[in-house]
Amino acid sequence: MTSEEGLRRMGRSEAASGLAMISPTAIYAILLLAAPLALIFIYSFLTDGDPGIIRTFTFANYIEAWSNELYRVVMLRSLMVALTVTAVTVLLAFPVAYFVSFHVDPSRKSLWLFLITIPFWTSYLIRVFLWKVILGYNGVVNSGLLGLGIISEPLQWINYNVGAVVLTLAHAYAPFAILPIFVALEKIDRSLLEAGQDLGESRFMTFLRVTLPLAMPGVIAAVLIVFIPTIGDFVTPQLVGGPEGRLVANLIQLQYLKLDNYPLGSAIAVSAMMIVTVVSLFFLYLNRRYLRGPES
Amino acid sequence: MRGGWFKVYTLVYLVFLFAPIILLPMFAFNDATVIAFPLSGFSTKWFAALADDPPLHDAVRNSLIIAVTTSILSTTLAVFAARASTRYRFPGKAGLMGLIMLPLVLPEIIVAVSLLAVLLGLGVNLSILTVILGHVLICTPFCIAILSSAFQSLDRSLEEAAYDLGETSFSTFRLIILPLVMPGIISSLLISFTISLDEFIIAFFLAGTQATLPVYIFSQFRFPQAVPVIMALGTILVCLSIVLLCIAEFFRRRGLARSGAKDTGGFL
Repeated sequence: MTSEEGLRRMGRSEAASGLAMISPTAIYAILLLAAPLALIFIYSFLTDGDPGIIRTFTFANYIEAWSNELYRVVMLRSLMVALTVTAVTVLLAFPVAYFVSFHVDPSRKSLWLFLITIPFWTSYLIRVFLWKVILGYNGVVNSGLLGLGIISEPLQWINYNVGAVVLTLAHAYAPFAILPIFVALEKIDRSLLEAGQDLGESRFMTFLRVTLPLAMPGVIAAVLIVFIPTIGDFVTPQLVGGPEGRLVANLIQLQYLKLDNYPLGSAIAVSAMMIVTVVSLFFLYLNRRYLRGPES
Repeated sequence: MRGGWFKVYTLVYLVFLFAPIILLPMFAFNDATVIAFPLSGFSTKWFAALADDPPLHDAVRNSLIIAVTTSILSTTLAVFAARASTRYRFPGKAGLMGLIMLPLVLPEIIVAVSLLAVLLGLGVNLSILTVILGHVLICTPFCIAILSSAFQSLDRSLEEAAYDLGETSFSTFRLIILPLVMPGIISSLLISFTISLDEFIIAFFLAGTQATLPVYIFSQFRFPQAVPVIMALGTILVCLSIVLLCIAEFFRRRGLARSGAKDTGGFL
């Protein structure tokens, strides 16, 4: 039997085989992802009736979502919290990734990464709840400090506010930030750093001009991996945010499950998606600019 | 000492990462309903309370059914997609793969509300089944990411050799390709099982009256007297996941040792 015969048996044209192979997964995604997303996009232009939805086209939901003080404040707060969490998480994570990549013996790197990822494999809900317990009015921090006589009454500013949300999310997404940066640092050819120093750059300048640019794809990946889920997070603001720390996911849940206003809920959801897309594209654009360098 | 200040910083960071998890067993074994210092005494009564909680047992059963079904379905769907994307060129590939991978970059709340809108619009009753539909959607991209690298490292000539020796494309897949990507399939099953078991938002929106474990835990947060029991439950879950992780790490290292590859640090 010749090779051509075998190749012929491999199937009809390559395109048809490929399409046939991907079709179960693609059909699943079209039916349960593309169609639902299209539906909430359509819902966002309809009017809420009581009960049900009235099929008249309107921009009223978007006008309401973007002009009503209540909704606008929450959306802006979500954006600010997500950006703060991203900045804090990535900045705190970078030295950890740097240490494991550059200062740990290769045979022990996996042990360090293992240690870093253990907390991440425990239930997200319980981790968030533990922060509520730690920071609460009668919580671990307050009762501990009271018991030691350092404070005379419980601290109010550590719980149920935006700061508590930022701290909890920075904790929850730490491994997501460390791992991509670590991977990027691992790929750096160490002889480049020696070359930098041989050519008379200080250690710090070598870091700025060689290590950091080469690590940038990992940093951008970390930024996106932290930013996208954070802006849609529901549990953390619900548990530790208090009334002043509610984010857009809580708003969407309120419209859908409590108020049963699907059109407005959809308009807020679509707006949140737009914000995520715009910010993500901006970061990707920054990455491109940064990699090209200032000269060209 | 190598690293100096970086090492000190990393150790402090690890303390921050582990702080909540270290407190968990302390309060799970504490003999007081209030979660506060000083600890009042040793007790295992919160663990005993877990055994006598039928809604919890239902939730665990629901979660296990959902996680097992999800891991099998999403791995199966991912095998098709990963094979198609690594082996064939066809029109619309980028668009279709983009759509399938979209849940990776979509906040989960969006997936949850859009599915809820469609299911209620179609008049489908919310149950375990609807949660599985959502979980398969978000787990499949992770499985594809794992399986693509497994399929990518396949040597195409092995497949051609099998055809030359008279195997059909199905038997080639079963006899040659499947055994070679088996480690990828196993880690894909494990990862999707873990994601599904821990997933909250989609289950919260789509479970209806059939609560999963995270949904049950979330509902208990409202009752202060239930907190120590949740601490006990959390302790058990943490111990289980650490044991599972250590087993996975053991097998990964053994696999590496067998193939003689250099250890580059797992989970990546």
